[in-house]
Amino acid sequence: MIPELGHFALIVALLLALTQAVLPLIGAQRGNLTLMAVARPAAQGQFVFIALAWGCLAWSFLVNDFSVENVARNSFSQLPEVYRFTATWGSHEGSLLLWVLILGFWTTAVSVFSRHLPDDMVARVIGIMGLVSVGFLAFLLTTSNPFERLIPAAPDGRDMNPLLQDWGMIIHPPMLYMGYVGFAVAFAFALAALISGRLDAAWARWSRPWTTVAWAFLTAGIVLGAWWAYRELGWGGWWFWDPTENASFMPWIAGTALIHSLAVTEKRGAFKAWTVLLALTAFSLSLLGTFLVRSGVLSSVHAFATDPARGAFILGFLALVIGGSLLLFAWRGPKMLTGGSFTWFSREALLLANNVILLAALGTVLLGTLYPLLMDALGMGKISVGPPYFNAVFVPVMAPVLFLLGIGPLVRWKGDRLPDVFTRLKWALAVALAIGFLLPLTLEGFNPWATLGFVLSSWIALSVLIGFRERLKNGGRLGNLPRAFWGMSLAHFGLAWGIAGITLVANYQTERDVRMNVGDFTELAGYTFTFQGATGFPGPNFQGMRGTVEVARDGKKIATLHPEKRVYNASGMPMTEAAIHPNFFRDVYVALGEPLDDAAKSWSVRVFHKPFINWLWLAAVMMVVGGFVAASDRRYRIAVKKLEAPAGAAVQGA
Amino acid sequence: MKSRHKKLLAIGLGLAGIGIAAALILNAFQSNLVFFFSPTEVTEGKAPTDRAFRIGGLVEDGSVQRQPDGLTVRFVVTDTAKSIPVAYKGILPDLFKEGKGVVAEGKLGTDGLFTATQVLAKHDENYMPPEAAHALEQAAKAQKTVVPQ
Repeated sequence: MIPELGHFALIVALLLALTQAVLPLIGAQRGNLTLMAVARPAAQGQFVFIALAWGCLAWSFLVNDFSVENVARNSFSQLPEVYRFTATWGSHEGSLLLWVLILGFWTTAVSVFSRHLPDDMVARVIGIMGLVSVGFLAFLLTTSNPFERLIPAAPDGRDMNPLLQDWGMIIHPPMLYMGYVGFAVAFAFALAALISGRLDAAWARWSRPWTTVAWAFLTAGIVLGAWWAYRELGWGGWWFWDPTENASFMPWIAGTALIHSLAVTEKRGAFKAWTVLLALTAFSLSLLGTFLVRSGVLSSVHAFATDPARGAFILGFLALVIGGSLLLFAWRGPKMLTGGSFTWFSREALLLANNVILLAALGTVLLGTLYPLLMDALGMGKISVGPPYFNAVFVPVMAPVLFLLGIGPLVRWKGDRLPDVFTRLKWALAVALAIGFLLPLTLEGFNPWATLGFVLSSWIALSVLIGFRERLKNGGRLGNLPRAFWGMSLAHFGLAWGIAGITLVANYQTERDVRMNVGDFTELAGYTFTFQGATGFPGPNFQGMRGTVEVARDGKKIATLHPEKRVYNASGMPMTEAAIHPNFFRDVYVALGEPLDDAAKSWSVRVFHKPFINWLWLAAVMMVVGGFVAASDRRYRIAVKKLEAPAGAAVQGA
Repeated sequence: MKSRHKKLLAIGLGLAGIGIAAALILNAFQSNLVFFFSPTEVTEGKAPTDRAFRIGGLVEDGSVQRQPDGLTVRFVVTDTAKSIPVAYKGILPDLFKEGKGVVAEGKLGTDGLFTATQVLAKHDENYMPPEAAHALEQAAKAQKTVVPQ
């Protein structure tokens, strides 16, 4: 009964989405206020019904209703309750339901926080988001019904993929989708502005906080995925340039370019067409990411059973969204007026350079991700593009952006003098170069990659500090600085911190695969690992072997680690659970390989020393918090009110 | 310099920069492509001996042998038509099993032994890596066309 109720709620949601899409768009075109007024209640109603459907699915998982195919495939009676709940979005169908649920959430948020916007703008934005929702709900109902019954019911489920039974995976998909789908708001704002022809600075100011929040969620989602891979896959890596990772990274790069371009459009009225194009790109790449991951063309943990109908539907939808929005752009784009002029050395010019280089970096990732798929589709052989390509290309392409990042925020809009800026930054440059060249010498000798990383990270960090000092010198007080400035500085500082962490862990990590008998020890980076054997233990839905490895430094014991090897009952799937001893400066990481004799006295063991890896996660926290702080700037609330005043009121930039 | 000249110079420098970047990227792309060959193609001599590539298929039943050092493993990858011996030193992925699909990346020695630097894991018990499935399919097709003769 409950699954049918969910199915019915989904159908109602689709009807409401249709209403939400069609009536307000017509109303906005005709200037009919009654039709436009449908937008908000329809959007909120749709959200309620999707939430109801989602609740029904979650309920079916929690009560182990194995007469629902989705539950039977992805859950298990012995699965702990929290994973039964997260299994709700562990499957293809469930994750798409989560997608529309989050879209409903964002649309509702727009409907609530848009009181100050013109009615036709709100109607158009909500209408366009309704169209996107129609596409996804139709996809769910026609090809991926999460409530499909299984008759007769399965006696028990097949269990959730053990890799996903981890609490990093509990929050990774919702965060990632909050980001993906959040770009739908920027997309809808851009399209609404195109349709109405009102491509002024106001439009940029409206979509800016939404875009920044979506970007912050996406950042959190991606890093949670990396963190999960690091702990759960047992290989000690955190980024593999796997197509599924790239699928989320590409919208992130486009979104990063977009939030910077929006800044120029809002403050200076320039780059309008470019900003619109970026908003379309960011959301299109989010859809592409969904397609790549959900259609089964990629072999990875995300790829569920392949169904050609699904792939064809998503591909068609993708073509419609990208093609339609680009057509609209081609038609209305040329009417946009260009904004204020600027010289080659100005904040605008530097942000333009940032955008161009970011898009070049995006292009290199796109090439490496799609080329193998294209070759395969054309029957020209199977190839793969591995990390060496991405490392060789992405890092050098990004380096200039990171260098410019140290300058951009300190340069005036419209135009500045290079000698002046150089005077303000010369000490930072000198110190950054000194750190970059001297630090590697104190570690393991000169290493160009380490030098590059250290120079760039200290350069950015110092530039952020200079930004604060100059603001304070000009009479500002720390508490009075605008939140937009705090947010930007925090995010940039976090980036610098993250680059330092990446540089350190990538260049100075060590690992060792060893065969260990009980009592054997091995040394790595000054730590002694002593294997004390492994014993069996029963888990809730698996049988495990728990190893005991004592870690000591200079003869002093610092930790006892318990890496595990599990075999899951329902699927028979083996899993490695690494054991990590973290601190601020390093992780010590131990993973069990496999027993090398029948008595399980001798094991292959992998040990890692990961210097400064935790700086990555810390850096991500700074960037995410920075995004939220920037989006909460007073200006977005106050400046909007000013717009309701007669047009022509000058907009003051921070 | 007049501002028009400056502009031209800036555009010229920009284009040159993009050109160099594109050349570097395409070069890196070319040299880092990893091609895939099925065991049949490898035995036919289609695979290169000077660069790394991937092979895929099934791990032949009873072929997994652990070497005395405890960490090197030898096994045979088959597409049911032809087989290739593989050596790998390190910890195998959890889902590596005899009779199951596998993809290995590495170099082919002159002695015909494929030394893998990476053995790719499946992420799901019932899921076959597309490359491995492809190799089996190719072999099955080839056998069908050969047998009737």
